[in-house]
Amino acid sequence: MAIVYALILVLGLVLFAWVGIQGLGMTYLFGVVFPYTAMVIFFLGVLARLLKWSRIPNPFSIPTTGGQQRSLHWIKPAGMDNPFTRGQSLLRLLSEVFLFRSLFRNLSLRLADQKPQLTFSSAKWLWLFAIFFHYALFVTLFRHLRFFTNPVPWPVNMAETLDGWLEVGIPQILVSGLILLLAVTLLLARRLLIPKLRYISLLNDYFPLFLLIGIAGTGALMRYVLGIDANSAKQLAMGLISFKPVVPEGTGPLFFVHLFLVCILLAYFPFSKLMHAGGIFFSPTRTMPNNSRAVYHQNPWNYPVNFHTYRSYENEFHDKMVEAGIPLDETAPPLNGKD
Amino acid sequence: MSNHLPEPEELARIHLDMSASGWMDTPAVLREGMYCHGVQGKNIEAVGMPNPRDWRVEDDDWQLPEDWHHIVMEGLKERLHRFRSLQIFMDICVRCGACADKCHFFIGSGDPKNMPVLRAELLRSVYRYDFTRAGRIMGKMVGARKLTKAVIREWWYYFFQCSECRRCSLFCPYGIDTAEITILGRELLNLLGLNIDWIGAAVAKCHHVGNHIGMEPQTFKESILFLCDDIQEITGIKIDPSFNRKGAEILFVTSSGDFYADPGIFTCMGYLMLFHQLGLDYTWSTYAAEGGNFGLFTSHEVAKLLNAKMYAEAERLGVKFILGGECGHMWRVIHQYMGTLNGPAGFLETPVSPITGTRFDHAASTKAVHICEFTSDLVHENKINLDPSRNDHLRVTFHDSCNVARGMGLLEEPRYLINKACNHFYEMPEETIRERTFCCGSGAGLHAGEDMELRMRGGYPRANAVRNVRELHDVNTLACICAIDRAAFPALMDYWVPDVRVTGVHELLGNALIMDGECERTVDLRGEELPTGPAKQSAEDVSLRNAVDIPEGA
Ligand code: HEM
Ligand code: SF4
Ligand code: SF4
Repeated sequence: MAIVYALILVLGLVLFAWVGIQGLGMTYLFGVVFPYTAMVIFFLGVLARLLKWSRIPNPFSIPTTGGQQRSLHWIKPAGMDNPFTRGQSLLRLLSEVFLFRSLFRNLSLRLADQKPQLTFSSAKWLWLFAIFFHYALFVTLFRHLRFFTNPVPWPVNMAETLDGWLEVGIPQILVSGLILLLAVTLLLARRLLIPKLRYISLLNDYFPLFLLIGIAGTGALMRYVLGIDANSAKQLAMGLISFKPVVPEGTGPLFFVHLFLVCILLAYFPFSKLMHAGGIFFSPTRTMPNNSRAVYHQNPWNYPVNFHTYRSYENEFHDKMVEAGIPLDETAPPLNGKD
Repeated sequence: MSNHLPEPEELARIHLDMSASGWMDTPAVLREGMYCHGVQGKNIEAVGMPNPRDWRVEDDDWQLPEDWHHIVMEGLKERLHRFRSLQIFMDICVRCGACADKCHFFIGSGDPKNMPVLRAELLRSVYRYDFTRAGRIMGKMVGARKLTKAVIREWWYYFFQCSECRRCSLFCPYGIDTAEITILGRELLNLLGLNIDWIGAAVAKCHHVGNHIGMEPQTFKESILFLCDDIQEITGIKIDPSFNRKGAEILFVTSSGDFYADPGIFTCMGYLMLFHQLGLDYTWSTYAAEGGNFGLFTSHEVAKLLNAKMYAEAERLGVKFILGGECGHMWRVIHQYMGTLNGPAGFLETPVSPITGTRFDHAASTKAVHICEFTSDLVHENKINLDPSRNDHLRVTFHDSCNVARGMGLLEEPRYLINKACNHFYEMPEETIRERTFCCGSGAGLHAGEDMELRMRGGYPRANAVRNVRELHDVNTLACICAIDRAAFPALMDYWVPDVRVTGVHELLGNALIMDGECERTVDLRGEELPTGPAKQSAEDVSLRNAVDIPEGA
């Protein structure tokens, strides 16, 4: 059901934008008001969330260790998987952010049919889809900078040239956009086809996927099928970024649908699981070094507890300890004992 | 054992397919054999925890306090402010499913709610409803639900079907640690007096008497001396350890499993023999006798309460540092929590091995050294002589305990020792060892008798790996460095892989250790005949061989 609702939701959003533009001609609303609102929500929302997280303490040092610890000098420690220094844990974090290292470990499980037996094998599909998806997303976003800059900086131009390495099609095919679309579709297919995943998936999981398909899909439609006036799009983008908003003619309704879906994604981002992008930098099991025995880690809200003291222990077991010849604390006064 | 325990063939028929109805619409059925008894009132009272009363899991009414809902909500709110881990883990899971089939309880039971991601969702759903607007408005569609008494039952059942092993956390792209969620979830349950008795009783005894099994000081001393008698019988050497001795250099602490039950006691004999051979200036404590800490399975506060004694005793006795025995969760606590909970331990010194002079800088703050670190250093510096042929009747494999593997990283030291003490060592499949190790299925206080089916299911992936090396290499010995493992594995092996014995690493070491003035050994520490024949060499040959042996990694 969740998937149907998510699909309806995204289709509804598309329809909403279409009607708004085609039927009601509200280009200013969709071209200026919504983008600004979405950006404000995005920046403030993300900032608020990051601030909230950063204010909560890490009371204990709880890194998940993925390799040999640093102990005796002749045993080689696993620096990155079991970081001891801050530098090493930074390296570990970066390997998670850029390479999805933990996901790379993924294993799949096989239950033998006939006899009770389990076997495991490496399963890198999820990792591969995830890498394709995120890097394609990144390159696509980066390329979009050409709409927001004048003159376009050379790295953006270069990205576009590299991205067109296939050198086919008019307009030239940009690989990242298509990979993005493909990878998101594969991630969605995964959710649908693997029973475990279907079981745990919520509206919150399908919605961003459909939204991304919508965004990448309308983008591809504009570029390859219907075509749009890229200059008007740039005019609008430049207007937004320079706080002198203009709504140029000739961008066409599809562009506004594309833009509207992006606005929704931006506004949705801070309140959703998409915040994993920021959260990973705060995840204690991946960010903290494993040096808790070497370096004192303080808990800001630590409080004293009334533990059972030796004195009351000795008081209680005094006689038995004497009898067993267990030395007593000299400073403790002899109590109900026989000695 | 529980009467309802199915045969292994039946148990192994696991279905990993999901139920037709969504998980929120599938009420938890608390199945006998899959849970432990509820905690008794007196054990709740013993540590001053809330809602002491006797209750039964089978009862419809768990006698929750009047304002239970408020208590849990306030408790959750407080913990969200106190633990960044909890807040982050509530917020950022993308339900990618990478953790789903990493949990031994899911693999062994096929119960979807044992997938770490769903175990976490049990709590996350309530968090969404009460702490996020979307959850409050959209409800079930976005995975939010109200906290009800049925949810409390479900939490109880599944938070006590997690052994806090952290395997899921290793595979999660953001390191979401369901063990952490379970730990905090159990804290919330404890606010309502909903512990299990296997944990609650151990906590109460440890708090009051000083160890999990409630051994009073004289009995504790007796049981250690009893082991010394056994050692004398086997080696001819009389050992006279000290208790509560002020001015000793080292305080030695291990888990109660090591001084009270077979096969842990054989490991304990290994420690005693080693320390005697070294002439180590150390003492046992009857007051801080327990290294294990079932407080960790109850709440951070109780963990602190029990752990506090270790430093208090070290300070009272005036030792220089603490040496800790082979135990898994004990070492998670010492390594990741103790300094923070009850330190800094300014009254102790950075540990230095009195035998080799090696300074354990990696323990400079907490001042506690793991026995495997300590002994590896001895072996590496050629300070003890070992005759591995005395273990020739054993074909050994090694189980990494979850806590020291994923909460510390003690992986090489025990392997180094086993390789020095034995001639026949075989690793289990690589996906099941080291940081990827599978739990014994009984960790986090679940190794009771009444939940035997749960234990056999949870231990299945581990047992399966043992069977693999049994078939390939005829392995007959499962070594480990954890007291809960030693308590839990014998039943697991009997059930899945009969004829595999369970041993601690220091038992193997005790067998191989050549002691000054010992008689010729004819039996091992268990009183079983030692292998004889051409492989057996005189002690002199061996010490010579060890002396020229080039240490690994040198
Ligand atoms: C620091 C940056 C980021 C990191 C390290 C990161 C990492 C990951 C990882 C490891 C996954 C799980 C694998 C998967 O399901 O694909 C994931 C999922 C996902 N990420 Fe990111 N991500 C980042 C930024 C973003 C951004 C900016 C978006 C923007 C839309 C995003 C959207 C998604 C989505 C929609 C999923 C879920 C895919 C699914 O449902 O299967 N991520 N991310
Ligand atoms: S691996 Fe991590 S992000 Fe993925 S479902 Fe499990 S807990 Fe969530
Ligand atoms: S900590 Fe271990 S037992 Fe608990 S959910 Fe994760 S894998 Fe399962």
